[in-house]
Amino acid sequence: MNLLPYTIYVSLAGAALALWVGARSAAGARAVALVTALVAWGLTGWAAAGFTPSADPGTLVDLAWIPQFGIRYHLAADGISLTLVVLTGLAATAGVLFSWNITERTGEFFACYLALIGGVYGVFLSADAFLFFVFYEIAIVPKYFLIARWGSTGREYGAMKLALYSFGSSALVLAGLLWVFAAGHAAGFGFAELARAAATLGQHEQFAAFALLFTGFAILAGLFPFHTWAPTGHVAAPTGASMLLAGVVMKLGAYGCLRIAMALLPAGLEFWQPVIVALAVIGIVYAGLVALVQDDLKFVIGYSSVSHMGFVLLGLAAANPTAVAGAVLQMVSHGIIAGLLFAVVGRMVYERTHTRQLERLRQLPLHRLMPFAAVIFVIAGFASMGLPGFSGFPAELTILIGVWQYSPLAALAAALGIVIAAGFTLKAVQVSFFGRADATAEVVAAEKPFEPVTWPEKTGALLLVAATLLIGLKPDLVLDWITPSLQSPLLQAIWSGGGR
Amino acid sequence: MNGLLSALIFTPWAGALLLALLPRLSPSASRWLGLLFSLSTLALGLVAWRDFDPHAGYQFVEQHRWIGVLNVTYHLGLDGLSLLLVLLTGLVAPAALLASWTIPRDVRLFNLLFLFLQGAALGVFLALDFFPWFICWELSLVPAFFLIKLWGGPGAAKAAYQFVIYTIGGSAFMLVAFAALFAATGTFDFVELASFAQSGFLAATLGEPALTVIFLGVLLGLAVKVPLFPFHTWLPAAYAEAPTGASMFLTGVMSKLGVYGFFRLLWPLFPAQLHAAAPVLLILAVAGVVLGAFAAFAQTDLKRMVAYSSINHVSLCLLALFAVAAAGPFNSAASAAALSGALLQSFNHGLTASALFCCIGLLEARAGGRRSLADFGGVRAVMPVFSGLCGVALFSSLGLPGLNGFVGEFLVFRGVFGLTPWAAAVSCLGLFVTAAFLLTFWQRVFHGPIAPAVAGFRDLSPREVLTLAPAVALMILFGLWPQPLVSLFNPLVTAWSVHLP
Repeated sequence: MNLLPYTIYVSLAGAALALWVGARSAAGARAVALVTALVAWGLTGWAAAGFTPSADPGTLVDLAWIPQFGIRYHLAADGISLTLVVLTGLAATAGVLFSWNITERTGEFFACYLALIGGVYGVFLSADAFLFFVFYEIAIVPKYFLIARWGSTGREYGAMKLALYSFGSSALVLAGLLWVFAAGHAAGFGFAELARAAATLGQHEQFAAFALLFTGFAILAGLFPFHTWAPTGHVAAPTGASMLLAGVVMKLGAYGCLRIAMALLPAGLEFWQPVIVALAVIGIVYAGLVALVQDDLKFVIGYSSVSHMGFVLLGLAAANPTAVAGAVLQMVSHGIIAGLLFAVVGRMVYERTHTRQLERLRQLPLHRLMPFAAVIFVIAGFASMGLPGFSGFPAELTILIGVWQYSPLAALAAALGIVIAAGFTLKAVQVSFFGRADATAEVVAAEKPFEPVTWPEKTGALLLVAATLLIGLKPDLVLDWITPSLQSPLLQAIWSGGGR
Repeated sequence: MNGLLSALIFTPWAGALLLALLPRLSPSASRWLGLLFSLSTLALGLVAWRDFDPHAGYQFVEQHRWIGVLNVTYHLGLDGLSLLLVLLTGLVAPAALLASWTIPRDVRLFNLLFLFLQGAALGVFLALDFFPWFICWELSLVPAFFLIKLWGGPGAAKAAYQFVIYTIGGSAFMLVAFAALFAATGTFDFVELASFAQSGFLAATLGEPALTVIFLGVLLGLAVKVPLFPFHTWLPAAYAEAPTGASMFLTGVMSKLGVYGFFRLLWPLFPAQLHAAAPVLLILAVAGVVLGAFAAFAQTDLKRMVAYSSINHVSLCLLALFAVAAAGPFNSAASAAALSGALLQSFNHGLTASALFCCIGLLEARAGGRRSLADFGGVRAVMPVFSGLCGVALFSSLGLPGLNGFVGEFLVFRGVFGLTPWAAAVSCLGLFVTAAFLLTFWQRVFHGPIAPAVAGFRDLSPREVLTLAPAVALMILFGLWPQPLVSLFNPLVTAWSVHLP
């Protein structure tokens, strides 16, 4: 029996429990959160161990829910869902570890946190568009509270901007779904039923419905020019929430683009493809250039997330199995690497130095004051640059292979993005940690020492580093799950060209 | 012997890992551990040489499945070209560590990064699949960056940044090129890709202009690394700002990564494109030879002078290759000479230029960080042993007959004159200017009245002699008797000159 649906229930139950325990003891709430995240991650690992890659969508639960509209409680997991829930488990666990120092209303924090996680698991496992949408909303609401209550710089602004963008995104998605459902006289909200309904729509209707759905999801995935919520949101969020935002929440958008917009309306994809590819490439390059001139370290990372998500969207838009496999791999890779970067910048550095300004950090011999953080940031930075050996490399390589087949020009432009990414990442590494590379022992001794890096930070960082190395050196582990699922009947239309 | 090539790559890395795991290791133990693991390359390289058959193709081959979806294998192999450069690495790396014996701080970290760099360079010379090859190619940047940045001179931060960004700027496009090759062929294996290129399959599936774009991508990646004029602008700052040991390895080994790539990748995979582009590339190589020499002549900083002369010397290797590619397989005697010269030159330059950087490092250490031409004079009287060793290196770099530099340069010119006389003729200008600035170096630093700063210099310590003497001895040995080296790659070169690889 497959226990994957329990990831949702465990997370939501953990949220309630954390709220209850948290009213009495902060330490208890932390323990509840960690155990919940670990159990859910363990369940995904268990499912992964027993997973046989196939083209079958792999139904887990299928119950009637609102039969009048053909809405079902239908959960399924193919290789793509599995990959993303394993990532969610990892990001959630690491995020809890990096939220260990939350002392203000700890129970409520972890309740929001775990509810968000539960929603994310639900989205990745839904096989019914209505259910998908419900989980999507469950994930969005706690996100607002996490930022507005526990955030830092400009948290009200960041939270509000993010919430408005998110609700705009939801509105577009909902409108698109209802259009397809109503105009196509669908029998239900199951992906397969909606796909059949979508195919009966007129060509121009398909183009328009695709535009609604894809834009809706792409906002959350940070597609240029709808990305502006991401850097401000990431910066304002507390560390654990930034890690989730960049790590998994942006992936919800990309996943929705693939699973719903592209799979339901391949004709729309074909029509809009050149536009999406162009926007993705612009996003990669533009966000990279913006990151190059930021003077707040967290903004650098925030814009780098947008740039990396541009690779995901580029891979998706190229719409061939290689590129899409690369895009899913890039989602995983970015989830890990962005988590790591935010962990170092938000938790390890900011909580100790109380500054994220590059000019201020340059004055500190940080590589000597915090050698562990320095090593982790160097590793994360080089991984983020797409250096081979880390997870970003096979992902970008696979995307480039696929994109070249669609448009060599786009592949070359993406290469420019890689160079720019190297530029801003290396600058961030060198200014923030090695600004005073020549500092001698006496200079360092004169500095006020920072509190040492704690065990949750070390554990969380090492977990993520191990994951990026593992996938970088053996991408097969994940690609073997992803590749067969791309031939699933639900995604088949993308390659066979529904409208072609 | 099974696993020899893996051992070559992984022994330095094991040393780096060991150093990483022993945070409390004393500086002196770190130095010895670093040196020991660094010497493994020379030892294992000699083992490989003993069992090496120049007439067989790739030897000690290891091939294991790695990434199924991308059809990547862990594929290593060694031929004469690889062995030559492995041996060079084995000679330069320990000398560079000996020259870094007295670095002021973080000795353990320095040795750790250096061993990491050494293993990565070896991986580039031995990998026959793009995936492992590119891992090593790119990962070598990480330790090189930190070696320059953390132990370099005042401008090191900028130089290190520039070095990495230029190199990645090239290799990102090389990455796209190989992605495109994979999209067309489904393989990253160099041997398979080369055979596809020969059979015309590559040209047939990719067509123009895609193949030319791919060629340009690979060319850019390699040209920045070598560097080929006009992609050289990162080099003087990087070489000059790096600490002595890193400069030695950068010029001795890292610049050969690019040269190796030209021979291993660009030529076999894109013979037709290289042939078509060769007239332009010849001009660039000649420009590197001539302008590199003139730029060196204009320097007063000794380290920058040798850095520019590196551009001149490495461009000679490429000059030979481009001349052969331009001419096609018509004049096989001249082609064989040019190619032999190019390979010898890359070995000799590695040995000689790293020795020169070492010499400048020794002077700099004694002069308290100054290294301008004007700071020295009459060193010969104060430091006779040093002057002898440095003199041999200088004259080897200058191409004096009897020393190793002459043999390579002679063969390059012998070949290129037969293939493209104008290029050889113009490049001769580079030779004259090289002679001029090296003699200036020799005269201003070693002769004349003893400069006040120089008076207190002590001659070389035994460790310093040990750093320089082996390289100098080999300069003389291979100058008089280049046969052992030539025999390594002679069959390879003969085959190349008859039918392009």
